[in-house]
Amino acid sequence: MEKIENMEKHALMAGHRACAGCGEALGARLAIDAIGENVIIANNTGCLEVFGTKWPESAWTVPWIHSLFENAAAVASGIEAGLKVMGKGEGIQVVAQGGDGSTADIGFGAMSGMLERGHDILYLCFDNEAYMNTGIQRSGLTPFDARTSTSPPGKESWGNDTMKKDLPAIVAAHGAYVSVASAGYPYDLQAKVKRAMKVKGPKYIQVHVPCPLGWGFASNLTLEMGRLAVQSGLYPLYDIENGQIVRVKAVPKRVPVEAYLKPQTRYAHLFKSPAGAEQLKRIQAIADANAAKFGLGPVEVAESA
Amino acid sequence: MRKVVEGSAAVSEAVKLCRVQVISAYPITPQTHIVQNLSQMVANGELKAEYIRVESEHSAASAALGASAVGARAYTASSSQGILLMAEVLFNIAGLRLPVVMTCANRAVSSPINIWNDQQDSYSVRDAGWIQLHAEDNQEAVDLHLQAYRIAEHTRVELPVMVCMDGFVLTHSYEPVDLPDQATVDEFLPAWKATRILDPKNPKTFGMYSEEGYSETRYAIEKAMLNAKDVIEGVSAEFEHSFGRHSGGLLRGYRMDDAEIVLMATGSIIGLLKSVADDMRAKGKKVGVLKLVSFRPFPGEELAKALKGIKKVAVFEKAVSLGAPAILASELRSALYAAKNRPEISSFVVGLGGKDISEQTIHRAVEMASAGYVAQHYMELDEEFLRDLAAAR
Repeated sequence: MEKIENMEKHALMAGHRACAGCGEALGARLAIDAIGENVIIANNTGCLEVFGTKWPESAWTVPWIHSLFENAAAVASGIEAGLKVMGKGEGIQVVAQGGDGSTADIGFGAMSGMLERGHDILYLCFDNEAYMNTGIQRSGLTPFDARTSTSPPGKESWGNDTMKKDLPAIVAAHGAYVSVASAGYPYDLQAKVKRAMKVKGPKYIQVHVPCPLGWGFASNLTLEMGRLAVQSGLYPLYDIENGQIVRVKAVPKRVPVEAYLKPQTRYAHLFKSPAGAEQLKRIQAIADANAAKFGLGPVEVAESA
Repeated sequence: MRKVVEGSAAVSEAVKLCRVQVISAYPITPQTHIVQNLSQMVANGELKAEYIRVESEHSAASAALGASAVGARAYTASSSQGILLMAEVLFNIAGLRLPVVMTCANRAVSSPINIWNDQQDSYSVRDAGWIQLHAEDNQEAVDLHLQAYRIAEHTRVELPVMVCMDGFVLTHSYEPVDLPDQATVDEFLPAWKATRILDPKNPKTFGMYSEEGYSETRYAIEKAMLNAKDVIEGVSAEFEHSFGRHSGGLLRGYRMDDAEIVLMATGSIIGLLKSVADDMRAKGKKVGVLKLVSFRPFPGEELAKALKGIKKVAVFEKAVSLGAPAILASELRSALYAAKNRPEISSFVVGLGGKDISEQTIHRAVEMASAGYVAQHYMELDEEFLRDLAAAR
């Protein structure tokens, strides 16, 4: 393992300022390590951008540019075109990356343009399900009933009242290669990155990245929360190739959604009343619908200890 | 070679001669002909460039930024709403010190929506850190593009350049233009040797969060702007040496030597002002014209020098800063504030939304300024329309 001053060399080095247990830091390090050194990254504004690049210290050992909040896909398009015209692009993977807010919302147009123009760019969407960097505000990928600072529960509200935007399907509709991964399954994530790298043309990997601060769980439980999300059926992992859903990660026995939701304070309001329990049923229905769509197994309630 | 061509065609030819490597294109009247022409050149194999059909002006500027960051010569064009939409990217490109060149085909901004010429668009982004050069005619529009990359890529500058040309008035008019040959342009404008690029062989981090060093980085741009004044003059002089005609530079006087009143502006209106000045001179009135080419950097010292001894200036501008005095007039007044015996500077807003500016309009303004100080006057407003507007509220 190559070292820098006695530290293992990674694309994203230790010493950055992410929260303890940050799923996004883990996911980004795993993903870019899987690509290797021949990469150029355009990064939207967000946690990932800011925690690693407070001047004068950078955590990145690969070429990296941050421009604005919504334009990494467009900047990457220019990078790819520039390399191509100068004959310098051989073997270099151009990456555009950002969080769910910058990808699903403000940067949606730029990403769509990049995808439909067919650039050979890997788009990495790190989905922690809210605008975390600015203090946990609701995004288009915030799940149903989640508390965020702009979708708080109260007398008139159960929290976020919309479903997650189905970004993988929207991206696939552009004809791009799609993969859905999780920081809770590091080997799977890296395998997915490596497989995507073999695709010439636009590819998109959505990486579920649990956020201890934003979701409200202890910082040593990041991997476990990532796995529970998948095991509950609320975050299926799969690929979309030629418009078809393939290579679904098998979940032979699903856990009930409560197992995943209860440890997170962003869902605490659902566990206080019978009305809350009704909401939990609705969330269970989302998981059940996913199970039907992706061929996941039935819910098996674990025997209580 | 001298040809009668549409302004847009002349400019696209100039851009081709600059051997731009990445073009990002998004349509907006009245610059669209430029990017359309470029697409045909690329399609014909006449221009070896990557042409990105982006999905918005915000992305047009962003793609140019990305291309420039890997060391490719990047170009885009826009107007009006497109300039405003990409505004944050313009600040970003300048902040990152990337030598992108862009044509702004000056057009009015909404609301109300209007496709015709005025300079509100480029004037509105004057704080972004872009060098802004205004063309008087289509020849100067061609020439400024050739000079723009030299200025932008100069190691003492490293700032993006916006070449402003009046929409429709210049872009869509046919004038005889000399289009230089590739060999002479290549000698004048060699390939860009970028030193700070994104490169896996030498990884760097661009666009960092900055508390320490933020002010200093902004100040560094101001220094670069000051350096740019020399560079703009130097490149203009070299241009004249290579191509045999004067174009560009910071400013240019016309019949100013003994002028009692000087008419000042940016852009194509200069042609009209020169024509009126000639008329007035013929009738014995000593009128001069001062063309400001470089709006950014604003050459305050050079303007003060040019206007030394001049008693009156009438500033004409096709822009406004709503809630404050007009922009060009204000900046000139400000630049001359400390000068001893500074001229009286009157301000006239003309031509918004393509409103026709006649010789009579200029004559009237000169009369007003000659009679006394005009703090600000919007010329040729339709009084009846104004009454209707007031009544409708």
